[in-house]
Amino acid sequence: MAQALQLVVCAGIVPDPLQTLEPVTGPNGPGLKNEMVLPAVLDPWAACALYEAAQLVAKNPGSKLWLVSLGPKAKLQQVMMTVGQKAVFELIPIDGPIGGFPDAHSTAAALAEAIAALPGFDRERLLLFGGWESATRGAGVTLQLVGERLGITDQFQGVDQITLREDGSFEVLERVEGGRHQVSVCAGTPAVLGWATGNLAEPRNNPQTGMANMRGIMPALQKAKTVALDGNGLRYVSVSLPKQQRETRVEKNMTADEIARELVEWIGAE
Amino acid sequence: MSGPAIGADATAPVSAAAPDSAAAPVIDRATMEVDIACVGFGPAMGGFLTTLTREWTAHPDDPAFASKVAPGMPLQVLCYERADDIAAGVSGIVTSARGIRASFPDLDATEIPMATPIAEERVLYLLDPIGASRRSFALRVGDTLLRGFGGLLGVKDSAFELAWTPGFLHKHGGLLLSIGQFNQWVGSQLMATGLVQIWPGTPVCTPIFAAETGKQRYSVQGIRLADQGVDRTGAPADGFMAGMDVHAPLTVVGDGPVGAVGQALDQRIGMPPGHAQNEWALGMKMVVELPEDTPLKPGTVWHTFGFPEPEIFGFLYVHPGRLVSVGIFVPSWMGDPERTTYRYLQHYIQHPALWRYLKDGTLRSWGAKSLQESGKHGEPFLTGDGFARIGEGSGSTNMLTNSGVDEAWTTGVQLADAVVELLRAEKPFTQENLFATYVARRHASWLEREADEAKNARNGFHGGLVRGMIGMALAGLTHGKLSLGGTIPSAQQQIHPFSPRKVSGVKALEAELLAEDARVGGRPLHDALMTARGWPEIELDGRLLVTQQDALLMGGKVQAMAGFADHVVFRDPHLCAECAEKTCVAMCSGQAITQTAEGAIAFEREKCVHCGACLWNCAHTPFGENTNIDFRAGAGGLHSAEN
Repeated sequence: MAQALQLVVCAGIVPDPLQTLEPVTGPNGPGLKNEMVLPAVLDPWAACALYEAAQLVAKNPGSKLWLVSLGPKAKLQQVMMTVGQKAVFELIPIDGPIGGFPDAHSTAAALAEAIAALPGFDRERLLLFGGWESATRGAGVTLQLVGERLGITDQFQGVDQITLREDGSFEVLERVEGGRHQVSVCAGTPAVLGWATGNLAEPRNNPQTGMANMRGIMPALQKAKTVALDGNGLRYVSVSLPKQQRETRVEKNMTADEIARELVEWIGAE
Repeated sequence: MSGPAIGADATAPVSAAAPDSAAAPVIDRATMEVDIACVGFGPAMGGFLTTLTREWTAHPDDPAFASKVAPGMPLQVLCYERADDIAAGVSGIVTSARGIRASFPDLDATEIPMATPIAEERVLYLLDPIGASRRSFALRVGDTLLRGFGGLLGVKDSAFELAWTPGFLHKHGGLLLSIGQFNQWVGSQLMATGLVQIWPGTPVCTPIFAAETGKQRYSVQGIRLADQGVDRTGAPADGFMAGMDVHAPLTVVGDGPVGAVGQALDQRIGMPPGHAQNEWALGMKMVVELPEDTPLKPGTVWHTFGFPEPEIFGFLYVHPGRLVSVGIFVPSWMGDPERTTYRYLQHYIQHPALWRYLKDGTLRSWGAKSLQESGKHGEPFLTGDGFARIGEGSGSTNMLTNSGVDEAWTTGVQLADAVVELLRAEKPFTQENLFATYVARRHASWLEREADEAKNARNGFHGGLVRGMIGMALAGLTHGKLSLGGTIPSAQQQIHPFSPRKVSGVKALEAELLAEDARVGGRPLHDALMTARGWPEIELDGRLLVTQQDALLMGGKVQAMAGFADHVVFRDPHLCAECAEKTCVAMCSGQAITQTAEGAIAFEREKCVHCGACLWNCAHTPFGENTNIDFRAGAGGLHSAEN
């Protein structure tokens, strides 16, 4: 039986990892060179959570999906131009600083406050999704803190799959050591799920989805609440960048065994 | 109705220019009705949408801005861009910025990352310190004199600075920009208005033509987005999603010089009498971070010529933050079939005049694009029923002043003014109405006057560098009243047939052996011939001098979204295998087109930067005016914001 769920995905934005990223210490602490200049993308693990949430909504009529995202408004707008084509959601933007180093507690407080203020919010029907780590800094604590602030104690991390059951309970697969999954059964919502990659491919860009989303995204961005986040006194102790000289080639005809063998030889030679 | 009409249309479009559409099965396609469908987001579309939204914002209750296709809704304006991000433009440019400043009278360059006012312009003639470039007798005489009297003439680092340059080459009071950052800046403001939507990562494969209603009359009813979830050939595969048909009373075509929609229009409608897009160039550049103690100041602009080959022009622009754009243009009139760009660029930056500033720098980004250099001669039909063309693909680039961005922007502004006029007059977007408003504005403006002056400025280059420079000076100094005559052959005819006996500086036997080695998958011929001609091997340093494949992964990283078909198609693969020139391989910016060990030509979408060089670097035209390479709509490509 389909359940009318409230799905909230917390997803930050991060500098596009395909760009040249150069750590620098700025006036506000650690950051990246020209960070505001770099295009941003939705945090990859949180993006997987969004796609999983969108599929749950599609399978459970009456459900509602919110995307709560904290970042500079201009950057959120840019990211939504692409993400808005991939899944139908209501955006709850929070205009805040860029970067992966603001204090996790104050970030979580801003996110929890925004979630609690959602129109028609019903904590008992809530599945709170996010990434189990971030491309900016893999601390992986913000989502857990958001859950704590909302009083949600059933929390799962490294999730690759959720299966809803007819009685309202659900089964979760969490990544554990050795390439295995731990199977848990939760009696029901509310719960926090920090997603690993999940099993879904990135959705295609759908112009109809984009049109539907954009009617809500732009007004929401215009009304976005601004928050200031605490710093946390972090500093770079040392920074090393990968060598830029590579021996790059695209191989399409090698078998997995051949590729693995060559990689082992290459690693051994380093 | 709550929004644009969206439905399913099980019938094929009345007419579409997709190459294999005749044989393809009818596919259910979603359809959508909008008021204005825009193709491509570059400077021209930025100018169009900025001007349109300005007028709209100033008059929000004006019924002209009410949707005709979705009653009760505001005008529905959608723009589709192939690249994954609107910041993924490729060009560091200097511009007089007349049109841009007219749109932004209070423009503060510091608002746009990497932008700065032009502070200093120099034109340098570069001598060849290596002795490998192919110089004419006249140039060799000139070089000898410059070397002999170098002390008196101020020759330094094998470079001679022109003491005087004509005014038409200057951009006094202009701006130095990164096109990627400029596009991002403009696009962010547009999206913030909430009036228009820009969708990156969405290639448009073809215009939708209406049934022909009479001779010389063509009507466009909208656009078709590219299919997703297809295999390399375009056949439906996992997750197939048929490209949507977006119907619109007006389609604005600004997809650049190699865009699929512009190409389809040209193929269907043809060019105006006497017009042809015969002149091209490939621009390739690096963005380099200079060392902390660099003496180069932001706003410094150098134009160079003479090295690495006489046909190749170069530039160095200094952005704020110790970033410099440095690059070259390889033109179609460099008839050598073994012309290549990346290696020439590596030799260029090592010229002593540049290397003294660059040698301790770090490569941050890299990119390439084709430039349509026919100017007024390449202007297509600018309007038809339901469509109008703007920007570089509309022949707006001025080849005398070497300026394209500001001209493109201005065409967009002019079209927007025309569209607002027609909306207010409740007149349909017919060819006549668009001509009377848009084309009339364009023809009455400085854009047209200067395009006319520049029309024949480059004719002389087909007779060599010296003749070309004389021709440019003549046209520039007389405002186009005088110029050198000349017939410009098609880009395909400009490629000289390859013959081992005609490779300058290489013995026939050696050239033959190198060609045979390349034919069986050995070192690419263009690369081998450059070495044979005396160009030294590039000593990679892993910082600034890196392999072409590594450049694909730095800053301007290349990506190809899964689920799209190959956008480079070889119409007759057998012809490619037999082709002696294989100029497409030599000129491919990303080494995405390569020769296999069996002698065939292969394309790897994952490495393509969408520069479009292959479109005009095929010497064979087995299908009328079309070459053997079909350059279609595709997603992905360069992905750098610093370009």
